[in-house]
Amino acid sequence: MKAWKILVAAAVLGMASASTAALAARTDIVVGVVLEPPHLDPTAGAAAAIDEVVYANVFEGLTRITDRGEVAPALAESWTVSDDGKVYTFKLHTGVKFHDGTDFGADDVKFTLDRARAADSTNANKGIFEVIDTVEAVDPATVKVTLKHSEGLFLYNMGLGDAVIVAPESAAGNKEKPVGTGPFKFQNWARGSSITLVKADGYWGDPVALDRIEFRVIPDAAAAVPALLSGDVQAFPNAPVGDALDQLKADPDLKVVIGTTEGETLLSINNKKPPFDKLAVRQAIASAIDRKAVIDAASNGLGQPIGSHMSPSNPAYVDLTGVYPHDIEKAKAYLKEAGLENGFSATLKLPPVAYARDGGQVIASELREIGINLEIIPVEWADWLSKVFTDKDYDLTIVSHTEANDIDIYSRPGYYFQYENPQFNKLMQELSVTDDEAKRKDILVEAQKILAHDVPAVFLFELPKIGVWNAKVEGMWENSPIQANDMTKVKWAD
Amino acid sequence: MTAYLLKRLAIGLVTLVAASVVVFAVLEIVPGDPARLMLGMNATPDAVAALREQLGLDQPVLWRYLAWAGGLLTLDFGRSYTYSSPVIDLIAERTAVSLPLALIALLLTTAIAIPVGLFAAARRGRATDAVAMGLSQLGVAVPNFWFALLLVYVFAVWLRLVPAGGFPGWSAGAWPALKALVLPAVALALPQAAILARVTRSALLEVLGEDYIRTARAKGLPRSYVLRRHALRNALIPVLTIIGLQFAFLLAGTIIIENVFYLPGLGRLVFQAITQRDLIVVEGVVMLLVAVVVLVNLLVDLSYALVDPRLRART
Repeated sequence: MKAWKILVAAAVLGMASASTAALAARTDIVVGVVLEPPHLDPTAGAAAAIDEVVYANVFEGLTRITDRGEVAPALAESWTVSDDGKVYTFKLHTGVKFHDGTDFGADDVKFTLDRARAADSTNANKGIFEVIDTVEAVDPATVKVTLKHSEGLFLYNMGLGDAVIVAPESAAGNKEKPVGTGPFKFQNWARGSSITLVKADGYWGDPVALDRIEFRVIPDAAAAVPALLSGDVQAFPNAPVGDALDQLKADPDLKVVIGTTEGETLLSINNKKPPFDKLAVRQAIASAIDRKAVIDAASNGLGQPIGSHMSPSNPAYVDLTGVYPHDIEKAKAYLKEAGLENGFSATLKLPPVAYARDGGQVIASELREIGINLEIIPVEWADWLSKVFTDKDYDLTIVSHTEANDIDIYSRPGYYFQYENPQFNKLMQELSVTDDEAKRKDILVEAQKILAHDVPAVFLFELPKIGVWNAKVEGMWENSPIQANDMTKVKWAD
Repeated sequence: MTAYLLKRLAIGLVTLVAASVVVFAVLEIVPGDPARLMLGMNATPDAVAALREQLGLDQPVLWRYLAWAGGLLTLDFGRSYTYSSPVIDLIAERTAVSLPLALIALLLTTAIAIPVGLFAAARRGRATDAVAMGLSQLGVAVPNFWFALLLVYVFAVWLRLVPAGGFPGWSAGAWPALKALVLPAVALALPQAAILARVTRSALLEVLGEDYIRTARAKGLPRSYVLRRHALRNALIPVLTIIGLQFAFLLAGTIIIENVFYLPGLGRLVFQAITQRDLIVVEGVVMLLVAVVVLVNLLVDLSYALVDPRLRART
């Protein structure tokens, strides 16, 4: 080889390597999560931890929920709805493959929906499929879903993690080795430690920037903070920061983003248990509580106060925090009206989450001022779910209801609030069959007002989302309209 | 010796059977329905019922106990409710972290404690003894999660010598895995070493008061020789007992340290399983730990025989 050729070759090689070095931004990321998912099948479990790993990354539904909480097309590229709102015809994307190489088509949609509503289904959100009457695979790219009655939230519900499309070939193994159609495929799960996803070849949709995502389980605030500071973890979408928020904010390599969730945090009341069956008692409790003090203690002062069961980021939200302002004298007057001017004793059961345990202390001391003595009983989640939620064996409890669009829980028969209001139930009935947006909003505003005045629970605050990530990471969700870590738009800035 | 061994073995077996009954019964009484917990607040009652049936929770208690205990005999620990993988696999994965961690910590513990104990006993009543014992007092008193965090901030956040936590797995190579275990092992070893050093010292002091020590010194043997050859050997029995107990503790009682370093160890597995009512995992891990404690006690008993010739001679 002549000298000049070597020179040119060397120059070309040098340029090539230099340019790749300059262009190649990082394509891997370690994301911290607090809870390890019990398994990885979002259609067979309620744990938010499952969706936080696989939603939009591994699994996709007919529709999807965007970072603004809106419905967008996903595996269905478009759809039409019949005039009576009962028949949805979905046109599916073609050329889509599952990660195991099998083709995606109308049969998979039919399989998924029929499986979720079957008698032996263990779908945690089975209720949303009950409205479905029949599912018909018209041709490989067309699915016709007929509903029993029109359902305003149907398209939204089809975008939830519970409704992602799975294949008959792989559904049984999804708990341990999830097979979906998303841009990332499952690679490895080191139990107790981390779950790794890698870019899937031949993804049908918009290409993703990341090659590798590791979700690392870090359950403890004391461990999460040094993990972020040392750079071991580059993003923590729901960071358990404890008191270290200012320390993280002060680090120039990190970005701290306070966002919203759909978590209405409530002081739930057992509405059938005396004396809480008296409206005046509930009004007294509502008036005795200073939301700001609770927010300061329970959420680093970051939660937004709410006056009814609706997230402030929802278009139908109305500010009703002024219905029962913090007023001790008024609270005492309400108690007198109920014939309980000498106060009474009750229990407050607190699940093992910081907002409940910390907020509970403040609420107990505030209620003591008007003569209500609360005995605080800390309980575990399992205990809470069986005793409080299922058996309704409680007086008061604090919990965050993190589902979106869940105002109808106050009309559910046998729900743990034990609240019954025929007028409210009628509104919810109306809401479920209304799909006109303006009309839905009117109904929702009306419903919020009823709840705010009736105090089936004291509405405390909207749970904040504290996201911390490397300042060079772009595309993380700032808010949590649903509990998911959609990584499809995430990339490293150069 | 054989009779002694057989008797110990029989006691161990009875302990195991009794433990299996107690563990199963206690977890039956604890409130909380695993199926309800897995499906959450939005689940319909028939979905919960379907899951209970899938998990076999609708069967009678006695039948479930017999099926489970029968499985144990063939080393079949059952399937985790939440992870839906075999319990034995979960335990094996976690043991791959917990066992090396416990061994390293125990090694560190003895390496620190025995020399400190010897040193303090030899200089009994002097300033150096007071300093050594004062430090060990501090070692017992310092909360180990605080010490662990201190280590993390110094060596991981500030100096960036080791990762702040996590475990890369042995598949990532021996060195990265060991590196991840260094800080937790130190954090675990310090308080244990402090305890063991105090035990070693007091055991030595007791022996040093014996007549044969005075005799040995009187016949002109050097002080350090007497300390090592005569005193330490006779003081080993209480020391070995404590080491045995410490090993059992280090294997699964390290939940706080595992949390601070987010290590996937046995302690966290059992804690997580309890909160999620994954009863079959709790039962499996607890049985394993009971077995380990029984085994360690057996080994400690055997090692008495090694250090004490009188026990060996007895048959």
